[in-house]
Amino acid sequence: MFDSKSDGVPVAPPLQQPITSYHSWGRYPTAAHRGVFRPTWADELCRFDDADAPVLAFGLGRSYGDSCLNDGGYLIDVTAMDHVMSFDAGSGRIRCAAGVSLATILQITVPNGWFLPVTPGTKFVTIAGAIANDVHGKNHHCAGTMGRHVTQFELLRSDGTRFVCSPAQNAEWYAATIGGLGLTGIIVWAEIQLKKILSSKIVLDTVTFQSLSEFLDITRESEQTGFEYTVAWLDCLSGRNARGIFYSGKHADTGELAARRVSGGGPKVPFAFPEFALNRVTIKAFNTLYYALKAKKKAQIVDYDPFFYPLDAVREWNLIYGRRGLTQYQCVVPEAESEAFQDILRVISDSGEGSFLGVIKKFGNVTSPGLMSFPRPGLTLALDFPFRGDRTLQLFDRLDRIVLNAQGALYPAKDARMSRSLFEASYPNLNRFRAFVDPHLSSGFWRRVQPEDGR
Amino acid sequence: MSQRIVVLGATSKIAQEFARLAAADKKELLLVGRVPERLVIVAGDLAARGATTVDFVSADLADIASHPLLVNEVLEKMPNFDTVLLAYGTLGQQARAEDSAEYALSELTTNFTSAVSILTRLSAVLMQRRTGCIAVITSVAGDRARRSNYIYGTAKGALALFTQGLRAKLFSAGVRVLTIKPGPVFTPMTADLPGSHKFANPEAVARTIYREIEHGNRDILYVPGYWRWVMTVIRHIPERIGKKLKF
Repeated sequence: MFDSKSDGVPVAPPLQQPITSYHSWGRYPTAAHRGVFRPTWADELCRFDDADAPVLAFGLGRSYGDSCLNDGGYLIDVTAMDHVMSFDAGSGRIRCAAGVSLATILQITVPNGWFLPVTPGTKFVTIAGAIANDVHGKNHHCAGTMGRHVTQFELLRSDGTRFVCSPAQNAEWYAATIGGLGLTGIIVWAEIQLKKILSSKIVLDTVTFQSLSEFLDITRESEQTGFEYTVAWLDCLSGRNARGIFYSGKHADTGELAARRVSGGGPKVPFAFPEFALNRVTIKAFNTLYYALKAKKKAQIVDYDPFFYPLDAVREWNLIYGRRGLTQYQCVVPEAESEAFQDILRVISDSGEGSFLGVIKKFGNVTSPGLMSFPRPGLTLALDFPFRGDRTLQLFDRLDRIVLNAQGALYPAKDARMSRSLFEASYPNLNRFRAFVDPHLSSGFWRRVQPEDGR
Repeated sequence: MSQRIVVLGATSKIAQEFARLAAADKKELLLVGRVPERLVIVAGDLAARGATTVDFVSADLADIASHPLLVNEVLEKMPNFDTVLLAYGTLGQQARAEDSAEYALSELTTNFTSAVSILTRLSAVLMQRRTGCIAVITSVAGDRARRSNYIYGTAKGALALFTQGLRAKLFSAGVRVLTIKPGPVFTPMTADLPGSHKFANPEAVARTIYREIEHGNRDILYVPGYWRWVMTVIRHIPERIGKKLKF
């Protein structure tokens, strides 16, 4: 397996010792991999249907749970496949090998007046990972998910067949792979259509709200006034009323076009914090302080980097959650079910389990081509919790019941524990998708939610 | 300051990261490497990242007999190059080199004698023009031979000595020779070594090298910098103790 067809360039054979150095962002659960293959060149990728355990592609490990892990199996770490293949500054098309990060893309395209059509809250994800998770961002209500902007990509199946997928070519594979969690094949390269910008600055407006209905009113208003990016921070420890800060932004019309230089710099969390560092008191203090500091600010012009990627400034911030890691709960419920949304907030507040990073956003009704895409019209909530074993899991189970009743869904990229029944109820295209899953690809997530498929 | 750079071993990880920094600064690049398909990929990447021009010559640098032809091709494609980065090399297999003298010699050819050949030829061009910079990646492994990789260490140590002599020769002609001694770096060359994911980040190493070539005036560059002190200590371990060390 994984023998290079090329001429004698050293290729790492699968190692004999289990490899435990690959984590997901939440650092829960952990996984021991049988081997990791780290190709640099597309010509090193070949058939892997002789593998004695399942295989999964791994990028920058920003998925929170086990959708990027493959306990007991092999990983193909694609981060060394980081070559930009072409960039047309006239049309705004960029084609990249699987492991190119969104940070790299921005660095190249922003000075030329092009921006990512859709970006998640971190730029340290690979292009292939962004497609496999069909990521969304603050402009979901205008632009939909990343999948809508993918013009084509090449897929490698375990039997060695390789083919290009686009809306016109192998369209069914295109649809299955977008949001397909890396299970349909290995994405070798991908091409996306970028979005024209006139400035790298963002016009930012900040408003506070004291209740969910107020949040919805502000959302409607800002969408009508042409703000293409909206998101809100939510203080979920403030009691019954959903206090928070609403951010809306749009690209400025004038100003410089400057990319943020990506260096290894910036402060880094040096080690996993002790568990007592985060508790109800410290989180509440943080939230109160954050609210007080941010609530004062009004309209301003900011750089795109702190607007889209505030947490990228602190490397390995996940370590503040301690050695047991963190779990994120990201759900979406239809807007008509705002009662359910209130229930979710109440259950969290009552549980006393804190979260500083409560993010709430209204998804639009722009549909994704992806069969297994998570975003759908409604309200989405994303909350980080320090992982505290059963306490956390029981809270999440209570939340699941509300989400299920409201016909909502959870985001696999953030998930480490959702039940099979919730997954099956909330992904209506699952049966169609199964036919595209490669027999030699699997993940911790997939074996958990589809055990009979668990190779 | 460099403007037109010849990169020998352009598909190596450190060379690629170096060339990306040069591309972002709109330099002109000529890549020399073995596998044409991979050179095409690297050249495309560098063009997308802003290089003013990128071209490549495909050649096996370990094949010394091909060097006169190679130098002609380099001069044809980039007649007025001002900077050379030598970044090719193989880690080799120490155990095999101990069993097979032929293999040991071929490793020395790749990592040392071929470098003497190509650098002698290219430095003559710069010497005539009385300007430019030759940067050569050797290794901390060349500062002291170790039980576990002394064939590699021998070649890199010899290469470092050669660059020292070359520096003395070219100094009066105004040509700079920079000897680069990286510690272990996480690259495809070292990926199989235990603990390799904890090695230095190739991007950071390349950034230090690039900055030194552009703005520095050192003769010998350890990257990361602390290796200078580590190797000072290691070099001073008395041989009667050193010979007993297994690492």
